[in-house]
Amino acid sequence: MAGCRVVDPASGTSRLANVVIEGQTIRSVGEESAGLRIECDGLVCGPGLVDLSTHLREPGREDAETIETGTRAAAAGGYTAVCALPTTDPVMDHAGIVEQVLRLAREAGHCEVVPVGAITRNLDGAELAEMGAMHAAGVRAFYDADHPILSAQVLRRAMIYAKTWDAIVINHAEDSALTRGAQMNEGPLSTRLGLQGAPREAEEIMIARDLLLAERVGARIHVPHVTTRRGVGLIAEAKARGARVTADVTPHHLVLDESVLEDYETRFKVRPPLRTPDDIAALRDGLQDGTIDAIASDHAPLPADDKDTEWDTAPAGSTGLETTLAVCLTELVDAEAEPDDRGAGTLSLLELLQLLSVGPAKARDITEHGQAIAAGRPANLVLFDPSRTWAVDATSMETRSRNSAFDGRSVRGHVIHTVLRGRFTMNDGRVV
Amino acid sequence: MRDLLSMEDLSAEQITRILDTAEEFKDLAVRPIKKVPVLRGRTVCNLFYEDSTRTRISFEVAEKRLSADVINFSAKGSSVSKGESLKDTALTLQAMGVDAIVIRHSAAGAPRRLTEWVDAKVLNAGDGRHQHPTQGLLDLFTIRERLGHLEGLRVAICGDVVHSRVARSLVQGLATMGCEVTLVGPPTLLPPGVESWPVQVSHDLDSVLDALDVCYLLRVQNERMAEQFFPSAREYARIWGMDIERLRRLPEHGIVMHPGPMNRGVEISADVADADQAVIVDQVTNGVAVRMSCLYLMLGGEQRSGEQR
Ligand SMILES: [Zn+2]
Repeated sequence: MAGCRVVDPASGTSRLANVVIEGQTIRSVGEESAGLRIECDGLVCGPGLVDLSTHLREPGREDAETIETGTRAAAAGGYTAVCALPTTDPVMDHAGIVEQVLRLAREAGHCEVVPVGAITRNLDGAELAEMGAMHAAGVRAFYDADHPILSAQVLRRAMIYAKTWDAIVINHAEDSALTRGAQMNEGPLSTRLGLQGAPREAEEIMIARDLLLAERVGARIHVPHVTTRRGVGLIAEAKARGARVTADVTPHHLVLDESVLEDYETRFKVRPPLRTPDDIAALRDGLQDGTIDAIASDHAPLPADDKDTEWDTAPAGSTGLETTLAVCLTELVDAEAEPDDRGAGTLSLLELLQLLSVGPAKARDITEHGQAIAAGRPANLVLFDPSRTWAVDATSMETRSRNSAFDGRSVRGHVIHTVLRGRFTMNDGRVV
Repeated sequence: MRDLLSMEDLSAEQITRILDTAEEFKDLAVRPIKKVPVLRGRTVCNLFYEDSTRTRISFEVAEKRLSADVINFSAKGSSVSKGESLKDTALTLQAMGVDAIVIRHSAAGAPRRLTEWVDAKVLNAGDGRHQHPTQGLLDLFTIRERLGHLEGLRVAICGDVVHSRVARSLVQGLATMGCEVTLVGPPTLLPPGVESWPVQVSHDLDSVLDALDVCYLLRVQNERMAEQFFPSAREYARIWGMDIERLRRLPEHGIVMHPGPMNRGVEISADVADADQAVIVDQVTNGVAVRMSCLYLMLGGEQRSGEQR
């Protein structure tokens, strides 16, 4: 990889260099070498991206996505590892499904798939799933995806039990008694649009409760897709107390506020709902001060028919694997600033790559990804053109679904190559 | 006027034009032949995904008096349960060349979505808890008819504002026409973000009564009790219900309104409903004229008034 700008958040450095890959690992950074030479002038070389929450849908909802199409989308987006959520049918709540998903992912070969097991059987919030058997099959984190565990007792038991392997427990923060029938963020706009609102306390109460439980039992907890100012504050306080907590935020919650709902466009229906500009400011502050560890795509592919309907009946979710890097680069990083400088942006390029790769890998104990770009490390890399602009077109993506909240948006930053263990999964703009 | 989706879309001039036109159509209703040929050859579909015989009949009468061809599509009882059917139905109507669709739907924003799928003009006949613009317009018409004008009137809207599309449309219409509006009811039934509305808020009906020109009572559904918005119908009636004693405290010219159907004995007592000051029947009568006016202005009015000039 000749002449690229190596932006390495693990070491906090940025320099122009050649990256020499041999087999599955990086041999050196900086020297010339014999062999295949890829001209990378003008490209940024960063660690391969790691996604904390990806709905791959297979088995069960192959009309929305398959492991093949989902991991192709990941490669196209610059990801070398994605955490697959247990929203399959049957649910990924036992070792058999974990093994099936891992096998299909290996066969596809477009990116590493890290399975996330369910906490409870069939995501019903009642009976614990066989976490030990799943752990033996390769699961390191447990999450009932968008099904919040309402019973504090069940979640507490799960946390204590997960300590057996020091596994991470994740809970969708939503008190669903407060959000029954809710269609968007509660406030003046929900009232004007006539859509029932979800009060922000529904999220904040659950974050507070889950943090209390985790701190008490000494468990590792991850707060997914935080969306409110108060939620960020609760996580910051817990971190200050030394709690073993990590958190993520999605690109759509960082960029879009509820005002885009004016026309009832269902592609903006996501869960938790889009909030307000004040929340967005708090989320961005949380990225800057390290309260939030990662940006997660929350890639939730849905068939077109499901979304092409009235707002109330449309399911919530947006695709994200192929847009996250570009959307975040466009909206959060100053194009003129140096890689280690925020300039007028929310984040420096180094910080963004930290949040898209090193941070999420650490939050899941994924040791093969989000590593330093240095000799001897696994060659998991993304190379992108930070200045190339393109228009998001939901109809021409690798993912099988079309429900992108960013459809039609003009963005900057185009992935050219993705390298997984020394092998191209995306080469010259094409998924391999 | 292309579509009529929300009272928000209407300026004071447009509202006045609709009400003035409705007045002309109301005169028609007392003539022996109640039909005018202005929409002859035009096809209007009443697309009702939610049960409302009253509103549907009001529209149907209005359409027939304008000589339009009328199609009624009721989703009730059919296998319509998932949302795709709205789009499918819309595309069918589009293929049949329908000129206007009057839609009632339980989902807020469904009429707005419909405009993306069809070329026909869309008239919102009530969507979820969002808007019901023709109800708001017929209310304005009735107030103006009875009190002579709208500007400067003091109006209280009492009851279940949070679940009411009627209240949303009416508040906007009253504000546009320069009325002073007070929302009255228990805080559980007032909407989040009400602070940003052009209204006063009170939880005490008795304290506002003697200064009112209009007391507008909203229907309080029994299921709100099950959902614990208030403890019991009896308690609601005692604190926020309009009874004959409260009626006496209204100024002499003050009127009582209700969008129907009424829960007698809850938000309104039977003797108030039948009192002279209650204009609830007028509201129903005026509904036809106002809906004729809206359809006329949407489907042919602009063009025809141009021809006249
Ligand atoms: Zn969730």
